[in-house]
Amino acid sequence: MSNRLLTVEGLTTEFRTERGVARAVNKVSYNVDEGEIVGIVGESGCGKSVTQLSVMQLIPNPPGRIIAGKVWLDGADLLKYKRDSREMRGVRGARMAMVFQEPMTSLNPAMTIGRQMSEVMTEHLKISKKEARERSIDMLAQVNIPDPGKRADDYPHQMSGGMRQRVMIAMAMLCRPQLIIADEATTALDATIQAQLLELLYSVVEKYRTALVMVTHNLGIVARYANRINVMYAGGIIESGTVKEIWSKPMHPYTQGLLRCVPRLGEKLRPIRGMPPSLINRPGTCPFLARCGERRENCYREPATELTHVEGQHSTACAARLGRW
Amino acid sequence: MVTMINAETNAEANAETNAEANAEKNAETNIETNAEKENVLDVVDLKMRFPVRRGLLRRMVAEVKAIDGVSFSIKPGETLGLVGESGCGKTTLGRCIIRLYKPTEGLIMFEGQAISQRGKSELGRFRRRMSMVFQDPYGSLNPRMSSGDIVREPLEIHKLVDNRKEYKERVAELFTMVGLSPDMMDRYPHEFSGGQRQRLSVARALAGDPSLLICDEPISALDVSMQAQVLNLFGELQARKKNLSYLFISHDLLAVQYISQRVAVMYLGRIVELASSADLYSGASHPYSKALLSAQPRPDPFIEETRDRIILEGDVPTPLNPPAGCSFHPRCAYSTARCEKETPELRDVASGHFVACHRV
Ligand SMILES: Nc1ncnc2c1ncn2[C@@H]1O[C@H](COP(=O)(O)OP(=O)(O)OP(=O)(O)O)[C@@H](O)[C@H]1O
Ligand SMILES: Nc1ncnc2c1ncn2[C@@H]1O[C@H](COP(=O)(O)OP(=O)(O)OP(=O)(O)O)[C@@H](O)[C@H]1O
Ligand code: SF4
Ligand SMILES: [Mg+2]
Ligand SMILES: [Mg+2]
Repeated sequence: MSNRLLTVEGLTTEFRTERGVARAVNKVSYNVDEGEIVGIVGESGCGKSVTQLSVMQLIPNPPGRIIAGKVWLDGADLLKYKRDSREMRGVRGARMAMVFQEPMTSLNPAMTIGRQMSEVMTEHLKISKKEARERSIDMLAQVNIPDPGKRADDYPHQMSGGMRQRVMIAMAMLCRPQLIIADEATTALDATIQAQLLELLYSVVEKYRTALVMVTHNLGIVARYANRINVMYAGGIIESGTVKEIWSKPMHPYTQGLLRCVPRLGEKLRPIRGMPPSLINRPGTCPFLARCGERRENCYREPATELTHVEGQHSTACAARLGRW
Repeated sequence: MVTMINAETNAEANAETNAEANAEKNAETNIETNAEKENVLDVVDLKMRFPVRRGLLRRMVAEVKAIDGVSFSIKPGETLGLVGESGCGKTTLGRCIIRLYKPTEGLIMFEGQAISQRGKSELGRFRRRMSMVFQDPYGSLNPRMSSGDIVREPLEIHKLVDNRKEYKERVAELFTMVGLSPDMMDRYPHEFSGGQRQRLSVARALAGDPSLLICDEPISALDVSMQAQVLNLFGELQARKKNLSYLFISHDLLAVQYISQRVAVMYLGRIVELASSADLYSGASHPYSKALLSAQPRPDPFIEETRDRIILEGDVPTPLNPPAGCSFHPRCAYSTARCEKETPELRDVASGHFVACHRV
């Protein structure tokens, strides 16, 4: 039995917009064990990134605000820390690190790779400049940057997209965090480079037993790397389980629809009809109601059901499938 | 339309006076007579080079060989998939075919006529019979035009209908064809979802009743359920209009497999493998195609659990300075001395399965 690393409970995040208050994350609860890989999937705009940014306390405020919930990392209650407090800054980077889709926006274009890496370490760890540089170069070597001693003096624009993303992984790993969050980290890259990077990320987190949360549109990536998967819809997790549970026995009609959207030879594609609902003035009923092929009369009348345990690690939020009505 | 062709021939004779242009034209007409009339598109040894300019005088310092000798054809009603690493020349190839670019060398035969070197004014009829759908429906639709006017514009340009009522009917018909309600005609593109916008650009592309649609990453910007909707739409349109052909460019190998009869794999400006979809996906021969297919994770944990992958090392080289010999050799596990010197030709290795590799 592994140890619980991250626990998220009832996390709720809202954005103030011109048209009203949008609830982008709605009572989200999940957990991540040490060394575990958890995939987060769902349509564009369903709240995958905002959930992760909330966990890191990186939501721009205004317009965003975490209005409820708890986040525990290894026993520490993170939402008690102010967003820019010393404690929270210590957590970010040193204990949890994030890798984004576009490395150019997270790397400083005016500073060499080596300096940026050293600064991360001297900020979080009590080590000398010389030591920091040595460790940076060692980390660059571990992510297969050729001639790392020399490349450390490169500026970000002197590297290819794939190399920059490898540098991002190296940076995320510098302080040996317990958790890495990769948000569409390889989406912008070519198929063969993407594969190269994912294998690299996988080998690094495996080596250091770092937990990994992978946010992605790509069901293939989740199928290959994740132990468990959370399916999000309209700001909430509507199904959760091991990848095998989800693939062999998807329960929520949305999850079933999502899996049917993958082109398979000789089978007609059956896309999910319609569009996700607005996040403003959400009705209390099941958010998938309008698009659902399984809806019953009670679905229109009763409030939405919370994510409920079924068997093994499998949970779903579909009341009809849970046999409630 | 018949008079138009005459006008075109005259314009050609008047406009192209220098010897070089004439020679080119003669070459074109010669091949024209031999060309396989049944193909909707024949591309023969196509090359496209872009100059790289530097300094105050914008002197040309180098050339990007974006397309470096590409040949293939598409039959009526066929879908040819086109895959390959970013920057390998897929978009450039599409743009040459539809003649947004004038190719540096080579021949493009469309519906039996050479169009590779024609000037803009001489393309009229072909412009209508061929159209393009882009990745980013936002960027390719005029935000200040209503969706109805967006679809109506090509009808007007090509003078395809006479009066207002006919326009309206035809636009409504195109809306319905792509699964949009004609009620939405007055709405503007920003009021549409990504998937609806892509339907709108397909409606616009279909306005001229084309025989060839070049689809450049038409589903990449959409999310999974929208992707499935748009893929279905392409299938339905072809089922309805039997002679509609597609050149379907995508990095989603599963989508390409789903929709294409044949697939071409490009690497650094060249086709390295071309085969029926079934042959390619069950038995790719070129080391790059193998790696590409292997790189795509299958959306099924039970398959992924046991599947071994080929992981290529190194980055994609630039077409500005492609490696000598086989341009894949620096990343290839099977590369030999010959691969470093000699460029492999695309050869037919098994009735209709073409591969450009010394090893095969
Ligand atoms: N700064 C912001 N201001 C207002 N609304 C926001 C802001 N950031 C996110 N949102 C809204 O929150 C919702 C969830 O967004 P989020 O970025 O988490 O989606 P996602 O699942 O990551 O989508 P994608 O797959 O496209 O990245 C969206 O409806 C989005 O419009
Ligand atoms: N107008 C242009 N001027 C100069 N170079 C160009 C131009 N268009 C494309 N190129 C270069 O030609 C090569 C092929 O580009 P192209 O856009 O055709 O690739 P692609 O296969 O469509 O890539 P992607 O998958 O990223 O869309 C690239 O190296 C690109 O930088
Ligand atoms: S020609 Fe040589 S280098 Fe090129 S793919 Fe074949 S074996 Fe590899
Ligand atoms: Mg996101
Ligand atoms: Mg392109």
